[in-house]
Amino acid sequence: MARWLNIFPCNATLNTMRKHIKKEVRLFDPALVRESIKQSFVKLRPRLMMKNPVMFCVEVGTLIMLLVTIYSFSHSDQGSPLYNSIIFVVLLLTLLFANFAEAIAEARGRAQADSLRKTREETPAKTVADDGSVVIKASSQLKKGDVFICETGDIIPSDGEIIEGIATVDESAITGESAPVIREAGGDKSSVTGGTKVLSDRINVMVTTQPGESFLDKMISLVEGASRQKTPNEIALTLLLSGFTIVFLLVTVTLKPFGDYAQTPISIGALIALFVCLIPTTIGGLLSAIGIAGMDRALQANVISKSGRAVETAGDLDTILLDKTGTITIGNRKATSFYAAEGVPEDVLMESATIASLADSTPEGKSIVELAASKGFKHPAVIGSSTDANYGLPGARVIRFSAETRSSGIELEGRSIRKGAFDAIKNLVEKQGRAIPANIKAVVEEISGNGGTPLVVAENFKVLGAIELQDIVKPGITERFERLRKMGVKTVMVTGDNPLTAKYIAQKAGVDDYIAEAKPEDKLAYIRQEQAAGKLVAMMGDGTNDAPALAQADVGVAMNSGTQAAKEAGNMVDLDNDPTKLIEVVEIGKQLLITRGTLTTFSIANDVAKYFAIVPALFMTSIPALQALNIMKLASPESAILSAVIFNAIIIPMLIPLALRGVAYKPVGAGALLARNLLIYGLGGIIVPFIGIKLIDLVIAPLI
Amino acid sequence: MNSEILGIVVLFVLTMLLAIPLGKYCSRVFLGEKTWLDFMLPAENLIYRICRINPAKSMNWKENVKASLILNLIFFLWAMLILLTQGWHPFGNPDHITSMEPTTAFNTAISFMTNTNLQHYSGETSASYVTQLVVFCFLQFVSAATGIAAMVSLFKGVLQRQASDLGNFYVLFLKSCTRILLPISIVVAIFLVFRGTPSTFEGAAQVVSLQGDTVSVARGPVAPMVAIKQVGTNGGGYFGPNSTHPFENPDYLTNLVENFAILIIPMALVFAFGYYIRKPKVGYAFFAAMTLVFVSFVAITVYFESAGNPMISEMGIDNSAGSMEGKEVRFGTAASAFWGVSTTSTSNGSVNSMHDSQTPISGGVYMLDMMINAIYGGAGVGFINFFVFVIIAVFISGLMVGRTPELLGKKIEAREVKIAALVAILHPLLILTGTAIASQIQTNNPDIGWLANPSFHGFSEMLYEFTSSAANNGSGFEGLGDATPFWNILCGLCMLFGRFIPIIGPLAIAGSLAGKKYIPEGAGTLRIESPAFIAVLLSVIIIIAALSFFPALTLGPLAEHFSL
Repeated sequence: MARWLNIFPCNATLNTMRKHIKKEVRLFDPALVRESIKQSFVKLRPRLMMKNPVMFCVEVGTLIMLLVTIYSFSHSDQGSPLYNSIIFVVLLLTLLFANFAEAIAEARGRAQADSLRKTREETPAKTVADDGSVVIKASSQLKKGDVFICETGDIIPSDGEIIEGIATVDESAITGESAPVIREAGGDKSSVTGGTKVLSDRINVMVTTQPGESFLDKMISLVEGASRQKTPNEIALTLLLSGFTIVFLLVTVTLKPFGDYAQTPISIGALIALFVCLIPTTIGGLLSAIGIAGMDRALQANVISKSGRAVETAGDLDTILLDKTGTITIGNRKATSFYAAEGVPEDVLMESATIASLADSTPEGKSIVELAASKGFKHPAVIGSSTDANYGLPGARVIRFSAETRSSGIELEGRSIRKGAFDAIKNLVEKQGRAIPANIKAVVEEISGNGGTPLVVAENFKVLGAIELQDIVKPGITERFERLRKMGVKTVMVTGDNPLTAKYIAQKAGVDDYIAEAKPEDKLAYIRQEQAAGKLVAMMGDGTNDAPALAQADVGVAMNSGTQAAKEAGNMVDLDNDPTKLIEVVEIGKQLLITRGTLTTFSIANDVAKYFAIVPALFMTSIPALQALNIMKLASPESAILSAVIFNAIIIPMLIPLALRGVAYKPVGAGALLARNLLIYGLGGIIVPFIGIKLIDLVIAPLI
Repeated sequence: MNSEILGIVVLFVLTMLLAIPLGKYCSRVFLGEKTWLDFMLPAENLIYRICRINPAKSMNWKENVKASLILNLIFFLWAMLILLTQGWHPFGNPDHITSMEPTTAFNTAISFMTNTNLQHYSGETSASYVTQLVVFCFLQFVSAATGIAAMVSLFKGVLQRQASDLGNFYVLFLKSCTRILLPISIVVAIFLVFRGTPSTFEGAAQVVSLQGDTVSVARGPVAPMVAIKQVGTNGGGYFGPNSTHPFENPDYLTNLVENFAILIIPMALVFAFGYYIRKPKVGYAFFAAMTLVFVSFVAITVYFESAGNPMISEMGIDNSAGSMEGKEVRFGTAASAFWGVSTTSTSNGSVNSMHDSQTPISGGVYMLDMMINAIYGGAGVGFINFFVFVIIAVFISGLMVGRTPELLGKKIEAREVKIAALVAILHPLLILTGTAIASQIQTNNPDIGWLANPSFHGFSEMLYEFTSSAANNGSGFEGLGDATPFWNILCGLCMLFGRFIPIIGPLAIAGSLAGKKYIPEGAGTLRIESPAFIAVLLSVIIIIAALSFFPALTLGPLAEHFSL
C-alpha cells in the first residue's frame, strides 16, 4: 500500500492528457454535426432500426405513409396529397432526429477518445525494422511484437518487455518513487511501462499488448454502435416502452372500427399520426443516446469503463472502500509538534531532530525538517546541496531505518542521535541504564490516544523529547463524504493503522466505517460480507494484491498507474489515479438512470395533450359535440393533427442537449428527488405539449 | 349536508374503520398466527385428510399456479355438468326449470368460476335451487378463495429471501373460505334474513294481488347467495335484477350492509398486505392511493346523478330528486351512485340501480373504474392487479431517483417489467379488441338486434360488456341483447383470460422476487410509502388506463355527455 502514495501530483504525462480531455468537446461541434447528419441517414437501415422497437414502429409507419401519399395523388378518399406529404416528411424527420441523437452521442464519444489517443501518439517510438534499421513511429501505431529502442532521456512509448540491455528507469510518473530503478532483460525486472523515462543506458523493448486491445479502444468500441450492448436497466426500459407501443397500436387499430360505428371515416394518415404521437418516441429516440452519453461523461471524467453496465452499477453503489493514505489523508504522516523532555530546551530537541532527519528522505523525515524550519530552526544544510554525501555534516554517518531496530539516526563526532518508535528508543536508552523522563511517557500515550504516531528522539542515549506525527485529512474530503452519505452511499476507510488511530482518522474524516490493520484479504472479506447483505460495493486499487478484491467488487476501479493485474481485474480504469473519482462515477451512474426515467415520464405525460389535439380532430366533423374536447382551440382538424406530429418530432432534437448532458443529480434523498423530478418532468410533460402544440397550430394554421 | 350524502359518508367511514382490524386479522390467518377462529382447525384437517393434501408441503409459484388451475378446471366442469342437466334433476327444482342452452351454460360456468358473475341468464327463470346452491353459491365462495390464495402467495413472494416457497395453495385456499369468507357471509346472511330476504326451498309463492290476480313470486335460498355474492366480490344475483330486487335488498339498511359487504374484504386485504410484510404504513399508503381515486369517482357520480338529467330539467319537470331513472326510490341517487362506484371498483358487479340509465359521465366513470380494476379490486385479485401497477411505478420512479428500481428490498429487473407490461397490455387487448369486433359486426349488420339504443349509448353498451367481462366484474350495462352465442363465447373468453393471466403473471413475478436477494434499505432507497411514490403510482394507474381507453370513452360516454 505504500506504493499508493504520492502518485498523482507528479504525473506529467497524465496531466497533459487531462488538459486535453478537460477541454470538453462542444455540444454541437460543426464537424461532429456534419458527420452525425450523414449517420442519421445511414442509420435508417431497417436492420439497425430493429434494435429499437419504438423507432422501428415509426419507420414502418413512415413507409406506410409514403404509400398513402403516393395513393392520394390519384385518389381523394385519403386526404389531400399535400397534407399526406407533410405528415410523411414530419415522420421521416422524427426518425432522422432520433438517429441524429444517437449519432451525435457516438461522435462525441469518438472525438473524446481521439483526443485521448492523440496524447499517446505524441510519444515517438524508435522501432527496429526487420533489417535492423531504426524507424520512428507514433506510439499508437505500435503492434504487439514490435521492438523499439530506448536510450538515455527517452520516454518509453508503450508497455513492453526488455529483450536486450539494462537501464535505470525513472518510474516516478507511475509509482511516485523518485529513486530510479534498474530494469534488465531476463528475470522478473524485465517489464517496462509506457510513460516512464530511461535515465541511463539503452534497452531494446518488445511490445507486449496489442494497441487495439487497450482499455481505451475497448471503451471506444462500446460507445460505437457495433458492440454496444444494452445494460440491464436499458433492456427493462425497452420492454416497458414496447409494452406501451403495443397498447397504442391496439388503441389505433381499434379506432378504425370504432370510427366506422360512429360513421366517421378516419384516414390512414390520421391513424398513423395518432400512433406515432402516442408511442413513446421521445424516450425511444433518445434512449441509446442517453446510454452513450453516460459513457462519454465517464470518459470526460477520465474514467475508462470496460462496460456500460459498470457505469450503471456505479449509480446503485451502497458501499465504497477507500484507502486511507492518499485518499482520505494527504499521502503521509506529518510532524505536527515537538514535545521536549523535562529540562531540555525545545531548541535542542529541534536541532537534534533536524540533524537526524536531514538524511531521511521519507516524507516523515522531511516533514520534521520542515516543521523545525517553520518554528525558526534552519540547519545550514537544508539550504545547501542535498546531493552532498554528508548532507553538509562533515564526518557524519547515516543510520538508515531498519525493521529490526525500528529507528534511524546519525552519527557525528561525539554525537549519536536516534529517533524512532517509543519502544525502540526505550530499549536503547534503558540498556545504557538511563530512564525515560516521566513527561515523555505521558506525551507518548497522549499522542497515541489522539490517533497520532509518536516518535522519540534521543541523543547520546539521553531522551530529548518526542515528535508528534499526524495524518492530515485532505481538505474538502469531509464534504465529499457528506455528499456520499446523502446519496445513500456508505464510505469505508481501509488502513494499515492500528484500530485506535484508524478510529480517530475515521471520525475526523467523517467516514462511516473503517477496517484497521487491513491486509489485502481483509478487503476481500469485507466486500464479500457487504455483498452477502445484498449491497453493491466499489473499491479502488492499484496493486497486484488488490486484484482479487477489485474483481470481487461490483465496481472495481483500477488506477492507471496500477499493475496490469489490477487493471485487468477491475471494470474501470481511472486515468487520473484519483481515488475520490468514485464519487464522480457514482453521480454519472445515477444521472444515467435519472435521465432515462425522467424522459420516459416526460414522453408518456406528453400523450395527454396529444390526445386532446388529435382525438377531437378525428371526430369533430361528424360529432360536433366533441368540439368541447378541443380545449386548445386548434384551428382545424388538419392543423391539429399536424401540430401534434410536428411537436412530437421537434421535441426530440430539443431534448438532445439534456440527453447528452444528463439530468442534474442532487443528493437530497430519494423521496425529495422523486417529487422534484415528477414535478418537472411529469407535470411539465403534461403542460409543455399543450403550449407547444398550440403555438405550432398558431403558426401553421394560416399556411394550410 | 343532506341525509343521502351523510348516509354514504357514514357507510364509507365505518367500512374503512372495520377494514383495518379485519386486515390485521387476515394477515394473522395467512401468517399462521393464533386467531379466535382456530377452532375450525379440526374441520380443516379433516378436509386435508379426505383430499389427501399435505398442508405442510411448500409449493413454488408454478405448483401454486398448477394447483389453482386444476382446481378451477374441476369447478368449471362441475358447473357445466349441473347447468346442462338441471332440467332432469329429481329434486331441488320445484319450479321445473329446464337445462341451460350450451353457450349460455359455458358463459355462466366461466363467469362464476372466474368470480365475474356476468349473468346472461335470469336466476329466477333459468336456475334451479340445486344450481343456485351447488353451482352459484358454491362457486362464489371458491372463486373468491382462489383469488385470495393467489394474493397471499404474492405477499409471501415479496417477503421471501432467496427461496421458492410461496405457501401451500390448498391451505391458503381453504383458510380463505373457512376463516374469512364463511364467517362474514354467515353474519351478513343472518342479518338479511332478519330484514326480510327469503331463504327457503319451497317453490315460487302464489300471491293474490289487490286487484285479484294470482301472481307467481319467485323465491328460494336467497339470503346465503346474496351474502357471499357481496362478501366474495362476486355479484351474481339470485334474481335477474340483482340487488335492485326487493327480496335481495329489501331496504336502505340492507343496502348499507350489502354495500359494506362489497367493500370490506377488498379494503381489508390492502391493509393485510401492510401487516403481512410487517410494514403497516405501506398498507395505509396503498389504501390512501386507492381511496383518493375511489372518493373522486364517488364525488363525480354522486354529483352527476344528483344533478339529474338536464334534458328532463329542460322539459320543465322537477328533477330535484336527481336522475331517478333506473333507480330504486328506497335507496335514492347518492346510495345508488356510491354502490355503482363500489361495485365497479371491487370487481363485484352486483347492482342496486341500472347503470344503463345513469348519466353518461357516471357510466363512463364505472367503465374507467373497471378498466383500472385495482381500486380495492376483487377479492385477492384486486390487490394483484394493483401490484402490477406498483411494479411499473417502482420501475419508473426508481429510474427517476437514479437507482436500479427496488420494491421492498427486491430489485425490479427486465423479467418483472416484462411480465408486468404483458399483464398491463392484456386489459386493453381484451376490451378494445372485443369492442372493435362487436362494433364492426354491428356496423355491417345494423339489424342484428344487439343494441337497445343507437349511437353513442349503444357503443357504451358494447364497451361496458367487454370491460365488465375482462375486469371479471360481471355487472351489465344492460340494454344489450347478450344471450347470443357471439356474446356468450367472446365474453366467456374475455373472462377466462382476464381472470387467469393476471393471476399467473404476477405469481411468476412473485416467484422471481422470492428468489432474489434482499437489499437492505439505505438513504438512497425510495420508500414506497412515501407521498412522492404514491403520486407516481397514481399517475401510472390513471395514465395507463386513461391513455388506453381515452378514444373509446370519447366515442361512448363523453360523446353522449356532450350531446346532451
